[in-house]
Amino acid sequence: MPAIEILGLEKTYLVGFWRKRPKCALHPLHLQVEDGEIFGFLGPNGAGKTTTLKLLMGLVFPTSGSARILGKEWTDPEVKAQIGFLPEQPYFYDHLTAHELLNYYAQLSGVPPKERSRRVDRTLQRVGLKDVHGVQLRKFSKGMLQRAGIAQAILHEPRLVFFDEPMSGLDPIGRREVRDLMEQLKQEGKTVFFSTHILSDAEALCDRVAIIHKGELRGVGAIADLTSSVQGKVEIVWHSTQVPASMKALGADCHITGDTVRAIIDENQQDAAIDALRRERLRLIALTPVRTSLEAYFVEKLQRAETSAGRTV
Amino acid sequence: MRARVAHIASNTFREAVRDRVLYNLIAFAVLLSGAAILVGQISVDIEKLVVINLGLTAVSLFGIVIAIFIGIGLVSKEIEKRTLYTVLSRPVRRWEFIVGKFFGLAGTLVVNTFFMAIGVFAALFYVSHKFVRADGLILVALYFIVLEFLIICSLALLFSSFSSPLLSAVFAFSLFVIGSFAEDLRGFAGMAHGITRWLVTGAAYLVPNFSAFNIVSSIAHEQPVAAQLILHNTLYALFYAAMALSGAVLIFENRNLK
Repeated sequence: MPAIEILGLEKTYLVGFWRKRPKCALHPLHLQVEDGEIFGFLGPNGAGKTTTLKLLMGLVFPTSGSARILGKEWTDPEVKAQIGFLPEQPYFYDHLTAHELLNYYAQLSGVPPKERSRRVDRTLQRVGLKDVHGVQLRKFSKGMLQRAGIAQAILHEPRLVFFDEPMSGLDPIGRREVRDLMEQLKQEGKTVFFSTHILSDAEALCDRVAIIHKGELRGVGAIADLTSSVQGKVEIVWHSTQVPASMKALGADCHITGDTVRAIIDENQQDAAIDALRRERLRLIALTPVRTSLEAYFVEKLQRAETSAGRTV
Repeated sequence: MRARVAHIASNTFREAVRDRVLYNLIAFAVLLSGAAILVGQISVDIEKLVVINLGLTAVSLFGIVIAIFIGIGLVSKEIEKRTLYTVLSRPVRRWEFIVGKFFGLAGTLVVNTFFMAIGVFAALFYVSHKFVRADGLILVALYFIVLEFLIICSLALLFSSFSSPLLSAVFAFSLFVIGSFAEDLRGFAGMAHGITRWLVTGAAYLVPNFSAFNIVSSIAHEQPVAAQLILHNTLYALFYAAMALSGAVLIFENRNLK
């Protein structure tokens, strides 16, 4: 059973003051997220990521379409007890402490009273807020608020977690901790759906990603599949501080970093290049085919979308 | 369901208390003790009348201001700050949120009124040095003031469910002022003719009739309050607040939280 099935969800807003005109925020979206995977929802700012998440959370109502979450209609109140949600740039009740905030959310999520305190303490520990559990949230930094947001999303041990830009506002250590946390959630058998425009995060974490641009889905698939197209080139890395003339003769594009040289050459020159290194008695470190990066795939999809949009205008 | 409403109400109350809403009690205490001392010195035989009039009017005005200024932000502030997203993504229904907020604000006002009532009785004791049986009528006036607060809270929530805090404040305060003259409006409707009569009558019965709740002057003169009036005002306030809350729920249930 898929964790999420989005069946043609669409959202059009009416904008303008006097003469209202329709503005499509999300074209009919069809998407399936499997149980237990980390799924990245990628797109530039304003692409429709947050609109999709708000539709799934029931915060905005779709113009058409529907969705199923954990096998039930997404509007079913029972579903909400099994999901967690971190909104983008979360903000909480200023005058509550982190402990009180989580206790409040535990109450609303139906966590049994006997378990509440233990769950709250454990979650605060998990997101690194244990030491500041008694501090009011108005004194929290942006990064600490983000951690509190993540804590409230996982507090009730949901089966499915939605994160909207979870790395936003975090320093490199915080980002690493959130990545680790998401991997832990996956190991615990939970499904993680997160939106981001930071491709390195998606590449490091996701089993599959979808790319959305201007409210339209532009591509979806496993990271390995999306980045598997070989470009007919190989990268050769060897120990040296200079490039031998025989390598230059093969047309290699070389970069020297410290005592390591990296060269990109055509795939059909690979044997000749290895022979050249052998003749020069240089130590080969690696030889790998050059694959498309997620970033290159992403940019290509966006550029293609822009080009086709330009043609239709 | 009831538990979730109670949790939302208790959180609303806690937020209001920590937001120093009850600090208004200090201003109230200063005003009332100052007035009690002053009237004790300058008025003869009417000290009690002045203290009851001033005290109950202050209780009403302080409460109305709190009800409007907190009530108008109860929904819009939560949308603006996105705190609502983390609440409604849980098994919380939208109507539970609205009703919880209403009870939280109403609870804040009841506690606030309780402390102010202590202040009124303390000031009364200061000027008259004793309590008489008729002073118990002040409790009826305070009860009517609380009923007024319930209506104002529900109206503030209603406006907050679809408009900005500024417009909500203007709407709620305007309705309070018009409602305070509802009896005059009904009298004017009786004198009008044709379509004007229909329109004014409609408006007179649509706006909350706050003038029926204002018994401060008669209480100050130790006039008894009819049991029928107490029953009528109770039913009227509960019905009006329920209608306004239903309106708020209806609007909020269909609102896109952009």
